[in-house]
Amino acid sequence: MTTSPLSPVALRPAVPSRTRETLLKIFVPVIVVFVLLTMWHVGVTVSGVPQYILPSPLAVANALVKDWGTLSPALWVTTKITLASLALALIGGVGIAVFLVQSRWIELAFYPITVILQVTPIVAIAPLILIYAPSTQVALLICAFLVAFFPILSNMVQGLKSVDHNLLNLFDLYGASRLQTLLYLKLPASLPYFMTGLRIGGGLALIAAVVAEFAAGSAGAGSGLAFRLLEAQYRLNIPRLFAALFLLSCLGVLIFAVTSFISWLALHRWHESSLRREN
Amino acid sequence: MTASDAETASSSAQNGASPTDARRRPLVVMDQVTKMFSSGTVALSDMSLTVNGGEFVSLLGPSGCGKSTALRIIAGLGDVSSGTIDWPSSRINSKGLPEGDISFVFQEPTLMPWQTVFGNVHLPLKLKGISKAAARDEIMATLATVGLKDFADAYPRELSGGMKMRVSIARALVTKPKLLLMDEPFAALDEITRQKLNDDVLLLWKQTGITVIFVTHSVFESAYLSSRIVVMKARPGRVHADFPLHTSLERDAHYRTSEEYRQACETVSETLLEAMGGEDAH
Repeated sequence: MTTSPLSPVALRPAVPSRTRETLLKIFVPVIVVFVLLTMWHVGVTVSGVPQYILPSPLAVANALVKDWGTLSPALWVTTKITLASLALALIGGVGIAVFLVQSRWIELAFYPITVILQVTPIVAIAPLILIYAPSTQVALLICAFLVAFFPILSNMVQGLKSVDHNLLNLFDLYGASRLQTLLYLKLPASLPYFMTGLRIGGGLALIAAVVAEFAAGSAGAGSGLAFRLLEAQYRLNIPRLFAALFLLSCLGVLIFAVTSFISWLALHRWHESSLRREN
Repeated sequence: MTASDAETASSSAQNGASPTDARRRPLVVMDQVTKMFSSGTVALSDMSLTVNGGEFVSLLGPSGCGKSTALRIIAGLGDVSSGTIDWPSSRINSKGLPEGDISFVFQEPTLMPWQTVFGNVHLPLKLKGISKAAARDEIMATLATVGLKDFADAYPRELSGGMKMRVSIARALVTKPKLLLMDEPFAALDEITRQKLNDDVLLLWKQTGITVIFVTHSVFESAYLSSRIVVMKARPGRVHADFPLHTSLERDAHYRTSEEYRQACETVSETLLEAMGGEDAH
């Protein structure tokens, strides 16, 4: 048997492609991050930039461990505000969406108000909210809620209105009540839209919780990570500032991962967005 | 022997089915129904039609002749502008509809993608407050009649177009309706699947004695299935011709190649051409 000079290329040993792909998906980003961190570290060490301008990754890690006692309560406060405002936004967004689609007139009357609330920058409303709210924590909660609530509302309204007309006809034909149509048809049909709203709202809730805290200028023991960021800046404690930033990023990634997972759990059996293309 | 007895006897001799006297009574009576849309288009004009129990009626006509509109009006989807619809042998609910007595099969399968086949067929019973557990036997039996017993736990996206249509038919049959309304149900399917489903629907009709009103634009389909054909005319929609279609043969694969079927197709086709007459002039 003779081998053509071209054949060895095609005769590579078969590696199980699925496993290989999964490994690559994990290792490639990890390696890239590691390389970037190394370059950062080497760059800082070689150039001799002072720590109060750009700390090395090691210094940041060190600050994270050393200041954990200060940072962790702040992280917890920010997490609580973010999650509480997201929960309120979910209840409010879905509730108001259901209310809005009940009739053309209700939508016509109230939708513009929700749009005004959305388009006015939160930083601009924050001072007012601070005056009216009984405490800074409540003010932060209201700010974060206002920001997170709109994407959930507008996606839900869209979802509730995008129900297949023939399915609506079918429900009419079988004499379904309004409540039955809502529970068995409109809500499940708008689940993909709700999940989009949840993912956007989750990210915005965190951003709003931080921005609102900046605007509120809260300080002291009960403050969140935004205050610790500003505090570290004033004191030129840049490693701690980076550490606080790192924690915020981790929180954001965690929220994104959890909301994406919930979305996958709810949709993977039936919705196109969660399915692999079969060709 | 009364006239209706004689008619029953002759029709049962001719198509092999044996409708009882009770089933020959009028089930739905449309009297001078006119439907005008808000755009001003007159979809139906003075349409009168009486469908008797046990009949398989095809509504045939060019597009825009209002055949789907007529079907939807019978189902209570949309109001009439004038005229009446009567249900002489049904109990009427507050909306003037014999609620449990009618089922509708749309052109698309119209399934809920988040529900399994079982869940989709359960829907009409769920809306009546019957739980999954209580409805299980009923649903499985209905799925068996459409040949989908093994697919109860599948999701619609996992099924072929023909299978989805079967689920839709199962959902329509699970309430044991008197009248099955079908709006071009197989128009989107390939020819082979379509013929198979035509045979299945015929078999169901013979076995259950259900009344069917079947909207189609296919001469061949209507000639194969119907015991009566109503040909409609467009602009405005109205009845052009209404005639029974009796055959001496069993309607099966042999019938499809028989001389009798060819003649039936020819008659229906000529009537349809008449109904479309003048329309092609411009």
